[in-house]
Amino acid sequence: MSLELKNIEKKVGIETHIHSTNLKLEKNTINVLLGSTLAGKTTLMQIMAGLDKPTSGEIWFNSENVTGKEVQKRNCSMVYQQFINYPNFTVFENIASPLKITGIKSDEIKERVGKVADLLKLSSMLDKKPDELSGGQQQRTALARALVKDSDLILLDEPLANLDFKLREELREELPKLFEDRDCIVVYATTEPLDALMIGGNTATLLEGKVIQYGKTLDVYSKPENLTSAKVFSDPPMNIAEIVKTGDTFKLTNNNVQWKSNIQIKDGKYKIGIRPHNITTYKEGNNSVEINGKVLISELSGSESLIHFTNGNLNWVSLSNGIQQKNIGEDTKLHMNVNEFLYFDQNNRLVNHG
Amino acid sequence: MNFYILIKITDWLIMAKITLKNLSHSYLTKQNNELDWALRGVDIDWKDGGAYALLGPSGCGKTTLLNIISGLLKPTKGEVLFNDKDVTALNPVERDIAQIFQFPVIYDTMTVYDNLAFPLKNRGLSGTEIDTKVKEIGEMLELTSTLNNKASGLTADGKQKISLGRGLVRSDVNVIMFDEPLTVIDPHLKWVLRSKLKELHQKINRTMIYVTHDQIEALTFADQVVVMHEGQIVQTGTPVELFEKPKHTFVGHFIGSPGMNILPCEIKNEQINFEGKILPTNTSLKKSNFKKTQVGIRPEFVNFSSDGIAVKVKRVSDTGRHKVIDTECNSGSIKILASSSTQIPSGSAHITFDKKYTYAYGDNWIIE
Repeated sequence: MSLELKNIEKKVGIETHIHSTNLKLEKNTINVLLGSTLAGKTTLMQIMAGLDKPTSGEIWFNSENVTGKEVQKRNCSMVYQQFINYPNFTVFENIASPLKITGIKSDEIKERVGKVADLLKLSSMLDKKPDELSGGQQQRTALARALVKDSDLILLDEPLANLDFKLREELREELPKLFEDRDCIVVYATTEPLDALMIGGNTATLLEGKVIQYGKTLDVYSKPENLTSAKVFSDPPMNIAEIVKTGDTFKLTNNNVQWKSNIQIKDGKYKIGIRPHNITTYKEGNNSVEINGKVLISELSGSESLIHFTNGNLNWVSLSNGIQQKNIGEDTKLHMNVNEFLYFDQNNRLVNHG
Repeated sequence: MNFYILIKITDWLIMAKITLKNLSHSYLTKQNNELDWALRGVDIDWKDGGAYALLGPSGCGKTTLLNIISGLLKPTKGEVLFNDKDVTALNPVERDIAQIFQFPVIYDTMTVYDNLAFPLKNRGLSGTEIDTKVKEIGEMLELTSTLNNKASGLTADGKQKISLGRGLVRSDVNVIMFDEPLTVIDPHLKWVLRSKLKELHQKINRTMIYVTHDQIEALTFADQVVVMHEGQIVQTGTPVELFEKPKHTFVGHFIGSPGMNILPCEIKNEQINFEGKILPTNTSLKKSNFKKTQVGIRPEFVNFSSDGIAVKVKRVSDTGRHKVIDTECNSGSIKILASSSTQIPSGSAHITFDKKYTYAYGDNWIIE
């Protein structure tokens, strides 16, 4: 089983919503579409589902060209950000609704609804109406409805965005488990990098209607092909600066900070990307370099401290473990873990492939 | 001299200390049990100029409390005091407060400048005073270049910045209240706006109350966080206090990501008995007679070791900077948070709890 987008393009009037996209999703995979609002996640999903037609290009499912095939004729389920349920149906009837139209016997319906309700912790609520449920339970009901039929393709469009922080955390953890032994392709759209990391599977980073990079989630995170992909997949935002390399010495442009590294790249100008957790108030790794900073603001989140600081024209964020309280305007010294630096060339392509 | 005194007096007038005395609220006309109360026995003392957060899940009563402070709702019982003066009977306008909501409230047809100037014009400030204030706030929120644009053309976060600006522009308010102000904002911009708000608080030093279900927003913004659960305050403290020593199992669970591990245990001879072992702790366990006793330990303070509690490693998720490890023992599941470079044993393993952060809970409240 596979879903393949071949040179898909979507134009609305003179605006291009999706630039030429090629993407092949394999059986039994969860695929995260990661990007900010208006990156094209929803449009791409609607094209995958057959709810929207591409302006050009083809969609193949297994060995069949399904471009133009209506959504009703495809075996596909979708869950949206808003909790969509039938308000006058009970939870049981809501979950059972996709099975009823297929003419499955009521015994089997009961069994399958029971199983999926159990999985989503809805067993005690089957007789309730959606408005008697909390937001999390309503979204679980919508998820259960998507899971109850054996769809080939399950599309989840920011399904956790309207939920409380804690519920989001809980469901995010459960989701990959739900699909573990199902024969289907799952696509999950989100704006949150942490969602992608917690869900695992594969990730496609998106920006302005373009797929920037697609691969195993942790690979995309640790080896972003280019600066754009690195930026999309960084929360807190990645710290970026211009640098110059001469021999084994690297130096921040307009700054005295320099370090040594034996990565094999030509001398010249590069850009550097440093994730906030690689700048800390303490030394980490066997090769670290100090940087001075004027504290803009420091934020504590209980177990971690974020220090926003400036150094010349740099406006950076550092993330340290533990409580590191700093005052506004204070001069401070931070340590950068050189081993974790990402180097990009003048075309913004990553040059230090691990 | 007189002029100087006058300024001092007005300064003093706009200072606001907020006191909530034994507040309870029910949306029902008759209350039969605890569950009929949306808010129960809330006592709060908020100093002038502080940054406070009300944190809790949907339905915990935080919006009810916010509406009582702003005067949109009259409490069933109790009093609201601003600077020791009872304002319980006053309406929102009489209370002089600014409120910023989840969704931007702006005038689309007006320019950004006019939107920001609106609350000041309404109060009859002079043109030059308005101009100074609007430009100042525009600068703080990085709106200077768009001041003359129509508000309708802005993005969602641009519009929300104007809402924030309109709340912040008045200097005569007692308190500025934020009700989930960053909900509609993309994660990347949340960072910018969040630290901006904190920066603004330090600059203008006005009492701010921030209501949210998002622990990160609450903990990073506020000096003091009030955690609410089922209509009650379960703990008030600094972000560090809430993290290091949760006084209620709900605080343990709700704050931290993943939250605290909370498992059933027995307390015998003032010691925690768990999985056939005695768990050392620094707190005194003299109190007894609980219906339910539990041990709580945050995932950050659980370590693999050669001996200790026997567990099975179930799942490891790598978040890039941490590994979250799901393990299981006879009493239930235990999560461990380890650095990404940590070697994780597979199958059977042993774990120990850091004594300093091991707590016992009796009927959900800390035993100490």
